[in-house]
Amino acid sequence: MAVKKRAKDLNILEKLYIPEIVKGMTLTLKNMFRPRVTMEYPEQKFEPPASYRGRPVLVQEQDAGERCVACGLCSRVCPALAIEVQANETDREKERFPEKFEINMLRCIFCGFCEEVCPEEAIVMSKDYELVYTNREDAIYGKDKLLVPVEQLQDRIDYLRNFK
Amino acid sequence: MGFLQFIWDGIWAVLSLGNFALIKILLIANIILITVSYLVYFERKISAWTQNRIGPNRVGWRGALQPFADVFKLLLKEDIVPEKANKPLHTLAPFIALFVAFSTYAVLPIGPAIQIGEETVNLVVADINMGILYVLALTSIGVYAITFAGYSSGSKYSLLGGIRSSAQMISYEVSMGFSIAGVVMMAESLSPIKIVESQSGLLWNALIQPIGFITFVVAAFAETNRLPFDLPEAEPELVGGFHTEYSSMKFAGFFLAEYANMIIASAMIITLYLGGWQIPYIETLNLGTTVTTILQISAFMVKMGALLFFFIWVRWSIPRFRYDQLMSLGWKVMFPLSLLNVVYVAVIIMLFNV
Repeated sequence: MAVKKRAKDLNILEKLYIPEIVKGMTLTLKNMFRPRVTMEYPEQKFEPPASYRGRPVLVQEQDAGERCVACGLCSRVCPALAIEVQANETDREKERFPEKFEINMLRCIFCGFCEEVCPEEAIVMSKDYELVYTNREDAIYGKDKLLVPVEQLQDRIDYLRNFK
Repeated sequence: MGFLQFIWDGIWAVLSLGNFALIKILLIANIILITVSYLVYFERKISAWTQNRIGPNRVGWRGALQPFADVFKLLLKEDIVPEKANKPLHTLAPFIALFVAFSTYAVLPIGPAIQIGEETVNLVVADINMGILYVLALTSIGVYAITFAGYSSGSKYSLLGGIRSSAQMISYEVSMGFSIAGVVMMAESLSPIKIVESQSGLLWNALIQPIGFITFVVAAFAETNRLPFDLPEAEPELVGGFHTEYSSMKFAGFFLAEYANMIIASAMIITLYLGGWQIPYIETLNLGTTVTTILQISAFMVKMGALLFFFIWVRWSIPRFRYDQLMSLGWKVMFPLSLLNVVYVAVIIMLFNV
């Protein structure tokens, strides 16, 4: 076996090994007295910044219902085919609305394309990261779960207006 | 009353057999078990602290009941024996490990002799005059536990772990033996009690023969398979090493034995090099026998705690050796150093007529 020369040879002190051990041990000892970085999850929750991409939600206006006009662009752009939209018409000023809007959260990859493509700013990524379900049916979020009042999403909407 | 007296005499006769050996065995076995379970807890806590984490804190006050939860979990696990295993040896191995871990403690004193009534009670289970040899012999048997476990599992990872471990332990036993030789020469006795008594005042062997102290501590780390030398169970390369194929209480047996071995290694280091239960110059304070004894026993406990902390601290600070580095360190550095230490001690004895 050919003996390769090291890039940097150790000097005498480093070869003695003990000073280096002492160095390493003091480092770990110092670390023992530094503040802990652990976040104790169920008691203490992570508040994500506005740039965080949590689960996608539909924006609900105070009185006008959802902003969505059921154009189907989000469904079209979704790389994971997670969104299903079915449009319907009304007599209101905004003529179209989604009769059915479903996101399969098992398929969603949180890429945010739906939010980017939406012309109405109707679907945005929320800060919600706690997604738990016990069967596959529960993982398909319908309009009842997707609609979120606009006040709660203001952070994200401001962020989008600034940076999108 | 005569009858009760008779029964009490009988019980007393059994209990006081061999300097109250039964009571002491019961006490020490339980103390070791409890210490081991809390050692695991502190291992996890200290590892967490060095990495700026919190560590177990869910079960009981600050996770104080965690060891019991761990044991309960292990008890409820399925005990799997691999198809290709050599079943008798596979079952025997953890028991050897446990046997060695617990019986070694018999000769290590935790305090000075105390007076109960007319009887003088040594705070050691068996005061045998070649106790150090007994410890060395038993730790050598400990190699078998790991070798058997590796061989009988019928798995290449276990086998490699077993081979590594036997080679490692045999190599380091040499330097361990020679380091102990220096201590024995100073004390002129193989009895742990005599060795402790020979280190009165500040004549601790760690201060007189620092080279021997270092080689012994390194060898002790190697013998207990603790981290800089935990090649038998090097996770990245050998899965779990010799206990890859163990589960449930048999795995717990190895786990327990590893931590019990840590306690024994610390007790050995204290007895041989750190003056055992002695506090330097405590007799000049005239505190009375009882207080002195209690202080001395607590001194032993404090030294023990410090050393156990040191063991864990080292584990979370120093990376693992490569196998060839381990061997060359053992044979080319530690072995000559421990020989040098023997010569050095001989010269000291000649010069100062200790």
